[in-house]
Amino acid sequence: MTNRKDTLNNLLVPLLSVVMGFVLGAIIMVIFGYNPIDGYSAMINGAFGSSFYIGETLRQATPLILTALGFSVAYNAGFFNIGVAGQALLGWLCSVWVANIFSDLPGLILLPLSILGGVLAGALWAGIAGFLRAYFNTSEVIVTIMLNYTALYTTNYLIRNVLTDSADATPRISEGASLRAGWLTELTSNSTLHAGIFISLAMAIIVWFLMKKTTSGFEIRTVGLNPSAAEYAGMSSKRTIIISMLISGGLAGLGGVMEGLGNFQNIFTQGAMPTIGFDGMAVALLGLSNPVGIIFSAILFGALKIGGNSMPMISGVPTEVVDIVIASIIFFVGANYLIRYFIDKRARVNKGGVK
Amino acid sequence: MKSRNFKSLLTLGLLSSLTLAACGADEGSDTASSSGSKEDYSIIMVTDVGGVDDKSFNQSAWEGMEAWGEEHGLEKGPDGYNYIQSDEDSQFVTNLNTAVNNNFDLIFGIGFKLQPAMTDVAAQKPDQKFVIIDDQIKADNVASVLFKDHEAAFLAGVAAAETTETDHVGFIGGQESAVIDRFEAGFVAGVKQVNPDIKIDVEYAGSFGDAALGKQLAAAMYSSGADIIYHASGDTGNGVFSEAIDRMNSNPDQKLWVIGVDRDQTAEGEYDGGNLTLTSTLKGVGQAVQDIANASMEGNFPGGEVSNFGLAEDSVGITDGALSEDVIKSVEDYKQQIIDGDITVPEAP
Repeated sequence: MTNRKDTLNNLLVPLLSVVMGFVLGAIIMVIFGYNPIDGYSAMINGAFGSSFYIGETLRQATPLILTALGFSVAYNAGFFNIGVAGQALLGWLCSVWVANIFSDLPGLILLPLSILGGVLAGALWAGIAGFLRAYFNTSEVIVTIMLNYTALYTTNYLIRNVLTDSADATPRISEGASLRAGWLTELTSNSTLHAGIFISLAMAIIVWFLMKKTTSGFEIRTVGLNPSAAEYAGMSSKRTIIISMLISGGLAGLGGVMEGLGNFQNIFTQGAMPTIGFDGMAVALLGLSNPVGIIFSAILFGALKIGGNSMPMISGVPTEVVDIVIASIIFFVGANYLIRYFIDKRARVNKGGVK
Repeated sequence: MKSRNFKSLLTLGLLSSLTLAACGADEGSDTASSSGSKEDYSIIMVTDVGGVDDKSFNQSAWEGMEAWGEEHGLEKGPDGYNYIQSDEDSQFVTNLNTAVNNNFDLIFGIGFKLQPAMTDVAAQKPDQKFVIIDDQIKADNVASVLFKDHEAAFLAGVAAAETTETDHVGFIGGQESAVIDRFEAGFVAGVKQVNPDIKIDVEYAGSFGDAALGKQLAAAMYSSGADIIYHASGDTGNGVFSEAIDRMNSNPDQKLWVIGVDRDQTAEGEYDGGNLTLTSTLKGVGQAVQDIANASMEGNFPGGEVSNFGLAEDSVGITDGALSEDVIKSVEDYKQQIIDGDITVPEAP
């Protein structure tokens, strides 16, 4: 009976938080004198109204799935990897870098090599925080936040001084390294949708398998639930911490690869951290850190971003109000985590009484 | 536990896909009705990162569109003129396509950041006319507009060098880029032309939207003795003004100045005891937008051409602002020398 109740809670909380976000957004639109039905229909139309917009929404969701998966692996091990943005940026940088250095190689070798470059860069960057956590017990939150800034400024420096001769953007990667696929572009009337979506979906399955069906996954989850018990049961928590951070960073790096080889086909100097990092964290929380949940919440986030772009044009709702609407939905996603925390706490107390 | 989670997820998945499908179905009818026929000419701009109220680059382009609308009695909206704001780089392609899909006759991309996205979209939509500001695209359906920002920045450098009392001035750039390089190079060359011994601090905020960082950088420069700061940093520059105003309010005896960018920023320099905007370099983005919109409306769209606007075309320049008579005279003198080709202003530092 408790199981069924849990299932209901598991489902209701994220769905309710999305609904509450939309309702609050509607109230805000009414307060500012705009018609929320016009606003939302412009948003939905701008996200799913034509094959082009569906393509753009899926393209927006592609890196989010990966950064969210990355965040969820560390989260399952009990860590808050705030650094997904920085790891994604380095993954983006290194994939483009590798693609430009070896641009003469045939695509069959070049593409996997570039992807691997990005994944390794993200993994190593997160590995720094994992290593420090495992051996010196430093807070991974603070270390990854600081590494975000380091990644941002290092990347900008490298683009300006090493990858190019003080230009703002690297040249485009060669055809062979690109994730763009002609038939996908055609199918979605020239949207930027690329084959990375299949990599994202495959990674969701792999991560699900890894976490649920393998020993490493079991160890990661055990360490997350109770590190002392895991140690007592003979698992090396140091090893598990580092492995989970490496996987987490590798996935985040792969998210960055999607921007480099798929969406933009180059890298340019950044004014701020790429948003796929922090959006990915929100996606992971809304998706309950579960691969299938992440896929759907990533598509929701993609739809909000892409659809939100059309709102000012079509319905006259100004961009600022659109941002508030999107933020209120994200707010309830965050609140969902708090609500869940309290529900869980109460449930645990009740359960303790019964058992 | 395993099966419970899986079941809940499956249900979540099914529900979400149902909702999405329902949404998708709803929308088919809306698209058809929203596109109507129109006789009038309509134009739209896609901003680079930042809004049309950035008190700088995007805003001057938008003011040009508003002036164009007023000239022809058109209103902001789907049949007159409009803008789409981009909040991050990944939105450029989407926003340009949204502009195309809404049947605007002429689409402006404001800023070099839109160049790669517009190159792609313009190639896919050969019948649509585009204009790119501050960069070049080689395509028959794109008109490119470049500004000789370095010439105006040179004059700002001259004005700063002749006004400074501490022989120490500063430059704060937004994001490091070829465009802002022109501002820096021109400013430094102008200062050195007047007095090679003046110390010039050059700092970059790394962003066009970080006013807090702009304030910090300005604080460091003023503290180290600079009395004039030229900013070429969009919204970031509002922090420079804010820092200068704070300092002037707390110690009215010193004399600090800010040189504005892209449009007359006199209003930003207001403080209790007067105004600290020394001058502003002007960039005729609004005028260029208006001119090209008018030309295209009459069937003379300059597709495939690169227009390079400088002092000679009166498309860039500086305001008189708070400059003294002597300085204005000297600035005019240098301006003439540049127009005559006696001085060539460098484009890169």
